[in-house]
Amino acid sequence: MGLLSKKDGKLISDPLLDNNPITIQVLGICSALAITAQLKPSIVMAVSVIFVMGVGNVVISLMRNIIPSKIRIIAQLIVVATLVIIVDQVLKAFAYSLSKELSVFIGLIITNCIIMGRFEAFALANGPWRSFLDGIGNALGYGLILVVVGFFRELLGSGTLFGFKVMGDPVEKTGLFALGYENNGFMVLPPMALIVVGIIIWIQRSRNKALIED
Amino acid sequence: MEHIELFFKSIFVDNMVFAYFLGMCSYLAVSKKVSTAVGLGVAVIFVLAITVPLNWLLDQYLLQEGALTWLGPEYAEYDLSFLSFIMFIATIATMVQLVEIIVEKFSPSLYNSLGIFLPLIAVNCAILGGSLFMQSREIETLGLAFNYGISSGIGWFLAILAIAAIREKIRYSAVPAPLRGLGITFIITGLMAIGFMSFGGMLTGGDEPAATEVKSAKIKVIKEDVEQNEAKLKTDLSVADNINK
Repeated sequence: MGLLSKKDGKLISDPLLDNNPITIQVLGICSALAITAQLKPSIVMAVSVIFVMGVGNVVISLMRNIIPSKIRIIAQLIVVATLVIIVDQVLKAFAYSLSKELSVFIGLIITNCIIMGRFEAFALANGPWRSFLDGIGNALGYGLILVVVGFFRELLGSGTLFGFKVMGDPVEKTGLFALGYENNGFMVLPPMALIVVGIIIWIQRSRNKALIED
Repeated sequence: MEHIELFFKSIFVDNMVFAYFLGMCSYLAVSKKVSTAVGLGVAVIFVLAITVPLNWLLDQYLLQEGALTWLGPEYAEYDLSFLSFIMFIATIATMVQLVEIIVEKFSPSLYNSLGIFLPLIAVNCAILGGSLFMQSREIETLGLAFNYGISSGIGWFLAILAIAAIREKIRYSAVPAPLRGLGITFIITGLMAIGFMSFGGMLTGGDEPAATEVKSAKIKVIKEDVEQNEAKLKTDLSVADNINK
């Protein structure tokens, strides 16, 4: 990894698979599932979280010596809330319809447990550069799951990707639909997000036996 | 009637966990035993019942567009709603801290059962989600906001109680090893969510189709009108053409 030493590189690569925030650390599920019915909002959400976590981790890490430990939760919340307001205003200005679609879930990045979890576990004890890498790594791990879930739910549920009809047109019976294929309308409903994540956990743990719970 | 409808709607139809996945982190982390699940659930109801009405007041008299009119007419056009995230979360964090101190002082037994869960709650998405939904759904009165806080708290409580009971029993089942623990909990929650979707028609089932039918009938009438007008215009135009010729 040219730029990064081996130890720093691990900070980014670890949370992608073996220490994934969603499937292994069980953090940040709250806002992750409701917006994955389609690929586009999932990607926007992932990018927003990458921004908030990268910057937030650096800010907290810079202030780690001046925050009194008793009120650190409130201090952290204020930092995250400020960053999330920036994201929200940018989305409202440049992608209004998308921000309406995400509705309260952009606001809920504030209470996304990944962010508080990484602040507590990493940024409060490490320097800014390493905290930045840790933040980006964990947010990427989070985004990865979001994109995978969003991909399958949009593909199987509506037969589209980013709104393009990759499976053919269900009304005019072109593409796969000519062979009798039907969209699985169930995938669009919220409960399927949980089941898809459950299946991802299943696959991941069958590949890596060390992760199996007792 | 309005109150009863909101109450049941928030518990069953718009259930925090099954419809919006709010508070999933603590829902998954604290649902291994029924007794701890009950403790956290009660704490959530308690905090939601306090913070939602409080944030409603903030929203009405400070944040909304035109909310500052009570200060004087020159403030009428201020819109501070972009500050709502920071205001809501600050209120929630402060209230949680305050509740913790008060409960510790006046009811040590309650503190012992709730105490460890209270700090967890400040960062529970269900609490902030409650306030944000209250804002985006434009709940009208303070009473309704209070009702919404309590009922969505009860919905969350029911969800965590149910999953904790199931998880206590599932220990005796032969779950495939890679699914044990987290995986099976996700899938059970998904199945429970599908079950809860059947409540969807409970409150509005009778009205909604009727309303859409009326709407489509209206649209039909309007369309026919437009078509008639167009036909008329065409004949008028052709008449005019003929005259010109």
